[in-house]
Amino acid sequence: MANERPKADVVIVGLGWAGSVMAEELTRAGLNVVAIERGAWRDTSTDFPPAVDPDELRWHTRRELLQPMSVETTTFRNKTGQQAAPVRNWNAFQFGWNVGGAGTHWAGMSWRFLPWDFEVATQTAERYGQERLDGLMGEGLQLQDWGVTYEEMAPYYDRFERIAGTSGKAGNLNGEKIKGGNVFEGPREREYPTPQLKDTNWMSMYRDTTEGMGYNPFTIPAGNISQAYVNPLGVTMGPCTYCGFCDFHGCGNFSKSSPQACILPALMRRPNFTVLTETEVLHAVKHEDGKTVKGVKFITREGEEGFQPADVVCITAYQMDNVRLMLLSGIGQQYDPSTERGTIGRNYSYQTCSSVTGFFSGAKMNPFIGGGALGVQIDDFNGDNFDHSDLDFIGGAGIMGYSTNGRPIANMNAIRPGNKRWGSQWKEAYARDYQEVANIFCQGTSMPTRDAYLSLDPTYKDRHGQPLLRLTFDWNRNDKSMIDYTTQKAIEIMREAGGEDIMVDNQTEASWNPYKQHSSHTIGGLVMGSNPATSALNPYLQSWDCHNVFSVGASAFPNNGGYNPTLTVGALAVRAARAIHETYINNPGPLVEA
Amino acid sequence: MNRREALFSLGSMAAAGGLASRAGAVELRGVPKPTEMSADHLPTPARTGGGFRVLTEETDQKTVKAVFDRLIPADDFGPSASEAGCLEFLDDQLSGDYGAGKALYLQTPLRPEIEEEIMGSPQFLATPRERYETGLKALEAYAQENDQAAFHALSPDRIDEILTGLEAGEISLGDDVDGQAFFELMLQNAREGYLADPLYGGNRDMAGWKMIGFPGARYDYRPYVDRRNEDLGLTPVSLIPND
Repeated sequence: MANERPKADVVIVGLGWAGSVMAEELTRAGLNVVAIERGAWRDTSTDFPPAVDPDELRWHTRRELLQPMSVETTTFRNKTGQQAAPVRNWNAFQFGWNVGGAGTHWAGMSWRFLPWDFEVATQTAERYGQERLDGLMGEGLQLQDWGVTYEEMAPYYDRFERIAGTSGKAGNLNGEKIKGGNVFEGPREREYPTPQLKDTNWMSMYRDTTEGMGYNPFTIPAGNISQAYVNPLGVTMGPCTYCGFCDFHGCGNFSKSSPQACILPALMRRPNFTVLTETEVLHAVKHEDGKTVKGVKFITREGEEGFQPADVVCITAYQMDNVRLMLLSGIGQQYDPSTERGTIGRNYSYQTCSSVTGFFSGAKMNPFIGGGALGVQIDDFNGDNFDHSDLDFIGGAGIMGYSTNGRPIANMNAIRPGNKRWGSQWKEAYARDYQEVANIFCQGTSMPTRDAYLSLDPTYKDRHGQPLLRLTFDWNRNDKSMIDYTTQKAIEIMREAGGEDIMVDNQTEASWNPYKQHSSHTIGGLVMGSNPATSALNPYLQSWDCHNVFSVGASAFPNNGGYNPTLTVGALAVRAARAIHETYINNPGPLVEA
Repeated sequence: MNRREALFSLGSMAAAGGLASRAGAVELRGVPKPTEMSADHLPTPARTGGGFRVLTEETDQKTVKAVFDRLIPADDFGPSASEAGCLEFLDDQLSGDYGAGKALYLQTPLRPEIEEEIMGSPQFLATPRERYETGLKALEAYAQENDQAAFHALSPDRIDEILTGLEAGEISLGDDVDGQAFFELMLQNAREGYLADPLYGGNRDMAGWKMIGFPGARYDYRPYVDRRNEDLGLTPVSLIPND
């Protein structure tokens, strides 16, 4: 093949969090790794130092660190049978567009999922009866366990937290519940690498209010770290300065956990690591027997095609692209909702959210003091932390009072209801409400259904002529009931805190579309599990269909917890990489019998 | 020098140090040594002065000024949009990547009914620059037809009436322009110009930031985070030194 490169032990497709973590593990184990990333090289001092980063228009409004839709977008429809339309403009999804991927511009919320999230099927049946589980499945939910438990995941979570420098306070140390931390979290072996962040004015109001109501508030674990820290790779991070330019921005302080801040300085120095930037993988190429792949076909920024041979292919792009690359490579079978056969594209889910806004007359919230993951949360209504016996849904939501930013353009509609968005009335309202507004956010679970899935679009193509990914999704009954319930709790908290003129945005009140969402979290489509009939990957993130293909991303989650996905992606990446260098390389083949 | 050229020259400078090109890919081995700012990440100030580049027609300039100064009028809370530089901001934005719709997916087919229904808002193949070109002409034509006068010559009350009608989707600007969507585009851009860093030509004297009490492009609030419910009285700073 023309432009064939020297063979690598492992090729990594997409150098974001998952790709960086895997490349670090694999090169440290002595393997020769080539990563291929379609975005450019980006680094802290050269691309987003403090003299460049605090620029809302460029980074947040115009999203210059994100992959434009002109490079690749998705199409979307609410249900099978509808004609899908392309997502033409900036929307909920936030693909990365540089070395570091979405890990460069993310906010930093660093959650471990709950033990329940990994075993929704088993634990629902155990606590509420098999009949309850069967009923939920009967109405279309596709509930299934991950094939890995929280207990098995805990060491990998710990490893990723150490790499990322995560700030926080433990609420469950080896089974001992600790007030002030999240008492609902699964057991941790040790404290967070760095202490929790400080409270803003609104956070302390939210903490006092929820504590007074008998709930269990705690500071959100954050990839915005609270003090100087040297991680296990010998990379030094600095303390967060609460600048308020975090999500959608890079971090000029080396204080937001990112591949740039935490991994690349060590990884780039390894002689057995190479990265090809501004180079896009088109698909993996199978051997003639179809049982394994021999490498990946790529295209350079000049449009020149090439081939990277490798013994192992790790697909570690964004969730949507992981699914798309499997389909474009012909690995596995496309899921079909009418027959429920096929696993690629199956178990798509999103994140069920609402927000509650209140106003506090005369307050000085100083919203510009912020961090991407700066907030106080209660988990009393998340996961299965509360009794669902008399409720008609499973799952729940974390309910947070947050202080992420006071960016003036982003917040210009955050004015008391009844005011115009323009004219002197807007100016007067915004001049007052900028300081007086506060928000509570419900970030809820999302359960997959039979009718929500990903597939290739028959009409629309990307700039290389390959089909776009098509998303078929709408809110389901279970998740709507869940968010209705938790939103009421959030309204009660806002009232108790003294918020006036309360505004509620429950996103499930209209059909889903990508322009109106407040969450970028898109989940599933290439899920892990112990049953090859219902999962694309085994519990080590290895393809059931091609044993030298591994894929890590939120694409592997069979359902979404009421949390941000990144820490779980990082933990799965550590686990998959260790399975590769500890077991697979010496004895290539399926790591789990189908 | 754009990003690609920057990386090419980086490659040629440091070829001996482990940067080499194969199959046209940018191949990096080792940490890239140069530490100067990446050229395409240096802030690019708006080109103001010397005339408009997109809004070159006098009538268009007057129409957009008439709209912007009703969306953000001069009052006790600060200067008007045009006094704050929002027209220069808009012209500069429309002359660049934003105006050209460089980030947008503009491939056909466009099926307006399907796309609007599924997405909950109208979708366009036209770029923001093209939408201003047609929209401003349509506003002028609307005034000529209904008021027998130029749009910019209408009274403030009459302009407010038209803007209110556009915002509510009750006024048609003809088949080629979605009046409600054009109102939203103008409102978005006017407020962006009023609230973005002065680097981009608007928010002159940081008037928009002073209006709400935003301290601007500061980068360290550690001295203030423990001070609760207090007017910190921070003077805003811009990415433009000493502005």
